[in-house]
Amino acid sequence: MKVMAQMSMVMNLDKCIGCHTCSVTCKQAWTNRSGMEYVWFNNVETRPGLGYPRTYQDQDEWHGGWVRTRRGRLKLRAGGRLKKLATIFASPKMPSIQDYYEPWTYEYDMLLSAPQGAHTPVARPKSLLTGKDMKIEWSANWDDDLAGSTATMQDDPVLKHMSEHVAEELEQTFMFYLPRICEHCLNPACVASCPSGAMYKRAEDGIVLVDQDACRGWRQCVTGCPYKKVYFNHKTGKAEKCTLCYPRIEVGLPTVCSETCVGRLRYLGLVLYDADRVTEAASVEDEHELLAAQRSVFLDPDDPEVVAAARREGIPEDWIEAAQASPIWKLINDYEVALPLHPEYRTLPMVWYIPPLSPVVDVVASSGNDGEDPRTLFAAISKLRIPLEYLAGLFTAGDTRPVERVLRRLAAMRSYMRDVNLGNTPNESTASAVGMTGPQVEEMYRLLAIAKYDDRY
Amino acid sequence: MATEDALVRLGRHLRRGEVSEDLRRLYLEGGRGGDSFYRDRWSHDKVVRSTHGVNCTGSCSWKVYVKDGIITWETQQTDYPSVGPDSPEYEPRGCPRGAAFSWYTYSPTRVRYPYVRGVLLEAYRAAKARTGDPVHAWAEVTGDPAVASAYKRARGKGGLVRATWEEAAEIVAAAHVHTIREHGPDRVAGFSPIPAMSMVSHGVGARFVQMLGGTMLSFYDWYADLPVASPQVFGDQTDVPESADWWNAAYLIMWGSNIPVTRTPDAHFMTEARYRGQKVVVVSPDYADNTKFADAWLAPHPGTDGALALAMGHVILREYLVDRRTERFAAYLKQYSDSPFLVRLDPVPSSGAGQHAADDGEEAYVPGKFLTAADLSDDLLPGVATEANSHFKPVLLDADGSPVVPNGTLGHRYGDADEGRWNLDLGDVDPALSLADLQGVSTGSAGEGPVESVAVALPRFDVVPGPDDDAHTGGKGVVVRGVPVRRVGGHLVTTVFDLMLAQYGVGRPGLPGDWPAGYDDPAPGTPAWQEEITGVPAAAAARIGREFAQNAVDSDGRSMIIMGAGTNHWFHSDTIYRAFLALTTMTGCQGVNGGGWAHYVGQEKCRPVTGWAQYAGGLDWVRPPRQMIGTAFWYLATDQWRYDGLPADTLASPLAPGRFAGRTTADTLVESAQRGWMPSYPTFDRNPLDLADEARAAGRPPAEHVVDELKAGRLRFAVEDPDDPANFPRVLTVWRANILGSSGKGNEYFLKHLLGTDSAVFAEESAPERRPSSMAWRDEAPRGKLDLLVTMDFRMTSTTLFSDVVLPAATWYEKHDLSSTDMHPFVHAFSPAIDPPWQTKTDFAAFHAIARKISAMAIDHLGVRHDVVASPLAHDTPDEMAVPHGTLTDADVPFRERHLVPGVNMPKIVEVERDYPAFAARMAALGPLTDGVGMATKGVPFSPDAEVRRLGEVNGLVPDGPVAGRPRLDRDTHACEAILALSGTTNGRLAVQGFERVERRTGRPLADLAREDEGRRITFADVQARPTPVITSPEWSGSEHGGRRYSAFVVNVERLKPWHTLTGRQHFYLDHDWLVELGEQLPVFRPPLDMHRLFPDSPSLAERAETGAEVVVRYLTPHSKWSIHSEYQDNLFMLSLSRGGPNIWMSPGDAARIGVADNEWVEAVNRNGVVVARAVVSHRMPEGTVYMHHATDRTVDVPIAEASGLRGGIHNSLTRILLKPSHLAGGYAQLSYAFNYLGPTGNQRDEVTVVRRRSQEVRYE
Repeated sequence: MKVMAQMSMVMNLDKCIGCHTCSVTCKQAWTNRSGMEYVWFNNVETRPGLGYPRTYQDQDEWHGGWVRTRRGRLKLRAGGRLKKLATIFASPKMPSIQDYYEPWTYEYDMLLSAPQGAHTPVARPKSLLTGKDMKIEWSANWDDDLAGSTATMQDDPVLKHMSEHVAEELEQTFMFYLPRICEHCLNPACVASCPSGAMYKRAEDGIVLVDQDACRGWRQCVTGCPYKKVYFNHKTGKAEKCTLCYPRIEVGLPTVCSETCVGRLRYLGLVLYDADRVTEAASVEDEHELLAAQRSVFLDPDDPEVVAAARREGIPEDWIEAAQASPIWKLINDYEVALPLHPEYRTLPMVWYIPPLSPVVDVVASSGNDGEDPRTLFAAISKLRIPLEYLAGLFTAGDTRPVERVLRRLAAMRSYMRDVNLGNTPNESTASAVGMTGPQVEEMYRLLAIAKYDDRY
Repeated sequence: MATEDALVRLGRHLRRGEVSEDLRRLYLEGGRGGDSFYRDRWSHDKVVRSTHGVNCTGSCSWKVYVKDGIITWETQQTDYPSVGPDSPEYEPRGCPRGAAFSWYTYSPTRVRYPYVRGVLLEAYRAAKARTGDPVHAWAEVTGDPAVASAYKRARGKGGLVRATWEEAAEIVAAAHVHTIREHGPDRVAGFSPIPAMSMVSHGVGARFVQMLGGTMLSFYDWYADLPVASPQVFGDQTDVPESADWWNAAYLIMWGSNIPVTRTPDAHFMTEARYRGQKVVVVSPDYADNTKFADAWLAPHPGTDGALALAMGHVILREYLVDRRTERFAAYLKQYSDSPFLVRLDPVPSSGAGQHAADDGEEAYVPGKFLTAADLSDDLLPGVATEANSHFKPVLLDADGSPVVPNGTLGHRYGDADEGRWNLDLGDVDPALSLADLQGVSTGSAGEGPVESVAVALPRFDVVPGPDDDAHTGGKGVVVRGVPVRRVGGHLVTTVFDLMLAQYGVGRPGLPGDWPAGYDDPAPGTPAWQEEITGVPAAAAARIGREFAQNAVDSDGRSMIIMGAGTNHWFHSDTIYRAFLALTTMTGCQGVNGGGWAHYVGQEKCRPVTGWAQYAGGLDWVRPPRQMIGTAFWYLATDQWRYDGLPADTLASPLAPGRFAGRTTADTLVESAQRGWMPSYPTFDRNPLDLADEARAAGRPPAEHVVDELKAGRLRFAVEDPDDPANFPRVLTVWRANILGSSGKGNEYFLKHLLGTDSAVFAEESAPERRPSSMAWRDEAPRGKLDLLVTMDFRMTSTTLFSDVVLPAATWYEKHDLSSTDMHPFVHAFSPAIDPPWQTKTDFAAFHAIARKISAMAIDHLGVRHDVVASPLAHDTPDEMAVPHGTLTDADVPFRERHLVPGVNMPKIVEVERDYPAFAARMAALGPLTDGVGMATKGVPFSPDAEVRRLGEVNGLVPDGPVAGRPRLDRDTHACEAILALSGTTNGRLAVQGFERVERRTGRPLADLAREDEGRRITFADVQARPTPVITSPEWSGSEHGGRRYSAFVVNVERLKPWHTLTGRQHFYLDHDWLVELGEQLPVFRPPLDMHRLFPDSPSLAERAETGAEVVVRYLTPHSKWSIHSEYQDNLFMLSLSRGGPNIWMSPGDAARIGVADNEWVEAVNRNGVVVARAVVSHRMPEGTVYMHHATDRTVDVPIAEASGLRGGIHNSLTRILLKPSHLAGGYAQLSYAFNYLGPTGNQRDEVTVVRRRSQEVRYE
């Protein structure tokens, strides 16, 4: 056992309002500079949708992450190091600027300086790449709130993998938001892709960084990252990525995206894991087992053996205590409501998500079901507007069972707590039906609903 | 080991990191100098607390980061005081728009220097060179038609040139001085909205305008954000729960309010409350952002929400009050609503749409006026009928059948005799909710005869017009239903509750009339009926209604409706909202934490309202100020009235007496102004300074002189002839606002008539038969009424583009100010992170600079003058007893032949002194009236003598000059201290003092609500340090006492303090003559206006072709995710996260009709103008409706329109002002004027447009 600590995040998508405050505060703090105009370390996608860069999840196209060989070994989907060395001077497989978006500005100055003329002055768009007039045809968030759904939605890679058809009809509409940052993976494909050894995980907290002095701008990391969360700075010629705000983390502040999240849906904390078992977990054959495998790598911070092992590794006492108090551990392990994003990429990502509940689908056209009634609550889960299969395509490599289990827990919490709210005796069977106890439900409720600052971070 | 690993292996040796066994992971400790860039980037010199002002109700506290004297970025503060251990906290409050604000600081759209329109500047300089005097120069420039028209035609076409502050301020000052002298101070106007979110920035300009005698324009009603139903039902402008109270709701309906988009910082209280089992329902025609959180989604057709609410009310009345009487609901209705009060029934007027009879041929009646003590003889109401104010003491029947005037009516509010009786204590009285409750109860001496029933005729407006119906009768009908009645004092009466059951179609055995057989019977009021109108399944409507009520039973009233612009921006929104409010009142949810209405659009809560009003109104020096209903001002000033001609009786009830016959809605505006129901500035067709001089010369008191002149026909109201140059508004100052790019309904009419420049107005002016009968028609419509448009802003907007003078303003991160909101219970501060850069100035500094110039010029040009101010009949004063029963006894008498009595059937006339040379000095000091005369808010008087003394110590006293000895207000921080010191919410002594005075009036204990805070004095330093919780104060209806969440009307319910209405209770029933005329005595469904029917040049929704070049659609303008009104729409971050320019959202079906693909250019065109935008095609949109987001300005990526050959317009280029007479009714109880409290709304939701796919080759010029 080699105990290591990983700074991790859980986002509760059930609370995300899609406001993009996280994106803007991150952009302002980190990437509001030339060469990085198109870069959003943090972005928020409307799902279903194409994402940023568009269709990044289509690894047949972009070749990110790992694949398991027939011999049970992992190799980069984009090819091993030999291939990389052989092709190092060729352009790597990576999205074009048009797949992110061509950044632009406007001729704002005309509003003030336009001479007397025939028309009201206007600021027309100008490309930040070419300086020329442009027609804006894609942006960092083009399909926000299902904008242009008829033109793009069916190209959503997740939707494409679903067996059931999702129609573009008002009555069937669903959407939710997926905020994304770097996953700071336990088994990062970007680090392994770097020919220069410029990318590394910090030993003490697992934050994945690019050494700006060592980076030679080969951009293999961009290809290697299946989440497309390493970016190329066109001005410096180096790769840059989300730093998990380490200058803040180091002084005890949460990341900018976490602290400024007005949905209060982000949780930050340390997780202890067994570094010796990472490769094994990432290599299990059945993709549906990856969730359990990754969970099994995490170490119980209250287990005396783990604590002893952690001390042997030189992990400081306050670090161990932080891991014990971590909301991440509770959400992933105790309540089992958080799930990883695309475990099938086999990078063991460390930003996890609580999937969103949604209203039952037939309510607009008919009298609808009652999502609140404890008796229909669980039955309704399978009829939610957001197809379970879609969520499974994001979080469980297509296995709907873990997603359904999470949603049932959330629904049970609502049902149980309604009784408390109305002064009735809460129904213990509601808790036990989802494998929890009443006190556990109330504890989870406090973490998810009350969610005080100190409990989130 | 393969060679492919060589590089990494090499790295392993060169660096101190540790590579995993399989060489896939590199762990590194130390040696990380290559990443120091990020640590450097994060470092900063200081963090300053500030916030964002004006147009957002968020009032979020932010950290502004500064490095090397440069603002770098902002993140949210997280130090709000705790909401308590069992609730989520307010932290962090903010949104992406606020997070992008600092972009403006150094952006290329920042206004850095003063600018003047070049054509004007040249003319002015030449005139000044000739005359040597700024005021004479201004007179020349504006007096020469060729010169004036040249610079007016140039408006909005570029050509702004830099000027010095000195020169720009001189031009502005000269224009004011000349206008005041030549045309009158009420020809000067100011527009700046929403004081709460930067009280001093608003207040200093309002103080400037109003102390000059100028007119401040209202905004809340103009924005159509004012829910007129609120004064109608509650006698209160808007009072709503703080967002943390959503957490207490156990059932939450979001109805036309898209919380994640429009209340972004607080939406989490909703998402989190679901985890305690709150059920969430969304009512929205599209799949709005909040729908994702809903347990149920109802999607009514746009604008039909009132029908859905009535059907829900039908189910609740049926199941919870008739079939089974829920004790909690019944008790609530008896004590807190007008339900038990008696209404007189009158025969159907002969001028109504014929006689209406019940099935048995019996004659039907119509609901008339409340029965009051004045209607009864002394033996029926011993000792009451002859008391003071008996016309304002409505009557109910006790359980024993005897008539009673309960405490707490409007009549108890005023006069010494009733002191201590203005309360809701029913004592031993058990009011009869329905007269059917008195079955078997002898009427005793009170009435005559046994209980019986009669049929009442009720109007309906949901009928599909027949082909032969003309506009005057189309879409109207009558339904006949019975009510139990008694005769009391000779009057045939029933209760409001009985009328409600009739209106909602809830039948009871033995009553005459046509009643639905059940929920499936599509008779008016039922779930099946609403399904035909809204498209919402009947069963769903019934179920949500039932759940709402059952939850109120289970949770003691914790059912809440969050409502907003989607349902409040319609022409008939007052009826929609009354149907909503009926739901929260009939279930006893109003005045309960976690229950009741939660109206969030444009609402605000300037919590220290009393101090702000003193400061902003200049009430410390001169009273009353001139405050105008914005909608009417623009309607006249922009000549939209010339295109309107809407016959008022098209809106009338088929059962109406016919008071609107032969009149347009514009005529009702004239009458409202003449009667003093609504303010009207400019008031007369004469300079009010000259009127004062004339009265002096004639030796007559000003009021008598005005009456003489009016009766003689020598003086007329300006509203009667708005196109007379004597009646033009001449100078308009806009700050903290973008009227031309945002709120200006009928934008193209603004450009054409107010500004006199190019416009895309396509409409024809009204034909002679549709012109107002009480207004003068001039064949040539004026162009360019306004001589000077001044704007202060930090960015370029439509308003700055069209302005004559643009003054560079400091941003929110460059000044001191105060912020509060109703979303949270705190007051907090703006603080300068940097000094105003370049030549920018704070609003405070700019207005004082102009004021000093005005005073200097005034020595020669104005001197000390007297000013005749016409002031409307005011709410929360005895004025609201001017019109007993709201009945007009002289309606048929021409205005000039009436016995005119100021303050009764015409405005009050007050003469005030204007010391113009001392104006600037007075602006900068607190005047003597504050402590000398006192202050009043909503009828609560305050005496701040100790506070004024203390302000003198804190701010210092002015040492010499015309205001020597007064407390200084010459710094923004002084103004902040004054506002905080003079308000009960921030000064515990005043809160207690005010409550003690209300205690005397009500005879109920109240002061204990503030006693714990009596010693607290919230200072500016306090609110700079941290958001500071306010003190419970009689200025508001809720309580923060003991750390509870603020919820409106808690004090009324728990402490039995009356609402400020006729009965002192919440009103289902309104009996003002004009409400009767409109058939809106009770909550009623009125569909969206049939625009094509009312305006034949408007496209017809009924004639939608399957395919073609254009499609007719409903045109809605909901609030945008990427902007706060027009602000942030030009912000590069917001543009990069959306689609980079103006959009029109449309359904795939509508897009297919005209062959438009996503992101293609389209034009929307109707009689009012044209907008150019790119289509966003999405299946979340319902067919037949398009969205162009509210306040889409024309500054960014707007090409030339094919339809006009001009720059494409703003979202309001397709809208136009339409007046609803019920908003103009006044002089009576809660329907009396107060600023931003009552007035015609600038509604814009009923509009229809065609959309075309245009050439994809766009030109920008």
